[in-house]
Amino acid sequence: MEAAIATRNLTRVFGGKRRRLQRKREPSEKRVVALDSVNLEIPHGELFGLLGPNGAGKTTLIKILATLLLPTSGEAYVAGYDVAKDPFPIRKRINMVTGGETSGYGLLTTRENVWMFSQFYGMPSRQVKKVIDLLAEEFDLQERMDAKVRTLSTGERQKMNMIRGFVTDPEIIFLDEPTLGLDVTAARSIRGFIKKWIQEQKGRTVLLTTHDMMEADELCDRIAIIDRGRILACDSPEGLKRLIKKDVTLKIETDRLKDTSVFRSIPGVRNFAVSENPKGRSMTTTFILEDDAPIADIMSEVLRQGSRVHSLKKTEPTLEEVFISLVGRGLD
Amino acid sequence: MLFAIYSIIKPIAGTLILVFMYYLAVDVGGEVGIERLAYMFVGSAFYMFVFQAFFGLFEVIQGDREWFQTIRYIYISPISYYAYVAGRGTTQMGTAAFGVTIVLLFGKFLLNLPISLSLGLLPFFLAILLLGAFCTVVIGIALAGVTFLTARHGGGMSEGVTGIFYVFSGVIFPLSVLPQWGQILGRYIPLTYWFEGLRRAMLPGFVGDSFLLSISNSLLLVILAGATVLFFLVSVGVFRYTEYLARKKGKIDMTTAY
Ligand SMILES: Nc1ncnc2c1ncn2[C@@H]1O[C@H](COP(=O)(O)OP(=O)(O)O)[C@@H](O)[C@H]1O
Ligand SMILES: [Mg+2]
Repeated sequence: MEAAIATRNLTRVFGGKRRRLQRKREPSEKRVVALDSVNLEIPHGELFGLLGPNGAGKTTLIKILATLLLPTSGEAYVAGYDVAKDPFPIRKRINMVTGGETSGYGLLTTRENVWMFSQFYGMPSRQVKKVIDLLAEEFDLQERMDAKVRTLSTGERQKMNMIRGFVTDPEIIFLDEPTLGLDVTAARSIRGFIKKWIQEQKGRTVLLTTHDMMEADELCDRIAIIDRGRILACDSPEGLKRLIKKDVTLKIETDRLKDTSVFRSIPGVRNFAVSENPKGRSMTTTFILEDDAPIADIMSEVLRQGSRVHSLKKTEPTLEEVFISLVGRGLD
Repeated sequence: MLFAIYSIIKPIAGTLILVFMYYLAVDVGGEVGIERLAYMFVGSAFYMFVFQAFFGLFEVIQGDREWFQTIRYIYISPISYYAYVAGRGTTQMGTAAFGVTIVLLFGKFLLNLPISLSLGLLPFFLAILLLGAFCTVVIGIALAGVTFLTARHGGGMSEGVTGIFYVFSGVIFPLSVLPQWGQILGRYIPLTYWFEGLRRAMLPGFVGDSFLLSISNSLLLVILAGATVLFFLVSVGVFRYTEYLARKKGKIDMTTAY
């Protein structure tokens, strides 16, 4: 059986072409390569995660797979159909939920909103009613189903959005940062549901994007790390961590350093990322090292810049360290 | 609901203002027959359909895209987006029908205009009404397709076409008052035949533009039907193409943030 989702050298470029009618002095739109020769193969039944910082190209990939956007070059297949040539059979089999937006008709109730969308899929009314009730229970939203959508909180709105996406029982669902901007409880409820849904029936496929390491680690069978339109690595969370298993990860908290780029020239430093600590003048630098040898050089550089060391610890590799090692910066 | 009320009241108010201004003009300028007023009244009443199909549909698409942010979920569903817009257009026409009826009743009973509908002409009236309404929706969809490619303030296209049709399809004055080129343009707008047919059905003793005199009622229907089929094909073509362009350029679910 072919993969649920497959892409071959999928590339998407935005802007960059000067329009014929554009006045000469206007600068032409900046050319952005949102996806750069992406090759992915996601089998049926997998919960696949795309992990990457803002602007990495996650949403662009989802839009192409959901038939909202055409590729610039390369191919993409969903359920075996070409997204560019054959969108209609794909649309029967997919659905999509995007986080961090306020989608929906505020003057209709939650139930009416969900019902309306189910009708675009030709679902029989009685069946819809049953499924909506079941999903409302899953998300603990029963009490808000007959409330006007404009009165819902952000979390409740996103739960409605999830119900809308899942009510049509898609074979493949695209979840674009579904927990973005939600409080811990709502996010947990949504994550719990996703996990349960994919286990409930064989062959259901989820493509989830996130820029939350923990979320990716907790949910996904496999994760692709994406940055600037390129897939840098693709493996199970354990497999990704194994990538840097032999490496040493070191976190040091110091006063603010004037120049961190010098760390790049210390032999044995694979990569590092800096994060400013929210209050106070200190900062934390996470290093991925080949072995213990560079630690001494790092310390002497810190001292040379006249900074104090507040703490220093070697840590177990988590996805965050994998990410830093590949991308050369943290996620936020 | 509020929006529905608003969208009925606005054109009704527009029509009434027109009538009021007309009375002023009559007072100042003297004799102009009740026929002229009836001509204008019927034209602007039914023009609410055109306004609603052209402008209302534009607002539907922009609303789904900018305000409700539902367009991407509608677009990726199995229903064809053309069918969805056609459905919304039909609803808009229903809303307009309500307003048109009120205005016509107002004209008949309060202004004592010679508006009536004989039983004999009822089949002709219904046929012409439905054909013209269908044709209007179909043109409205093509315009809606163009708004796919424009940002929030891209209503100019719908507005422009609404205005052109207002002047060149015999809505408030006969084509014969227009310069030669305007008259020729008017002959190629299907709505010219629609308004002519509606007046023949609703205004007893109505005499239309001279170039229409030789056209019988049934020929009028045939012309309108032919034009409707033609515009339907054009509309599907335009819509498909603009949809393709929008998907290519990433504009389907574009919001002004981009
Ligand atoms: N419609 C568009 N027009 C121009 N540039 C776009 C458009 N959509 C996305 N981009 C650009 O493409 C890149 C990838 O964006 P996106 O896929 O939204 O990233 P992510 O979802 O990972 O944050 C960004 O640089 C973004 O600015
Ligand atoms: Mg995104």
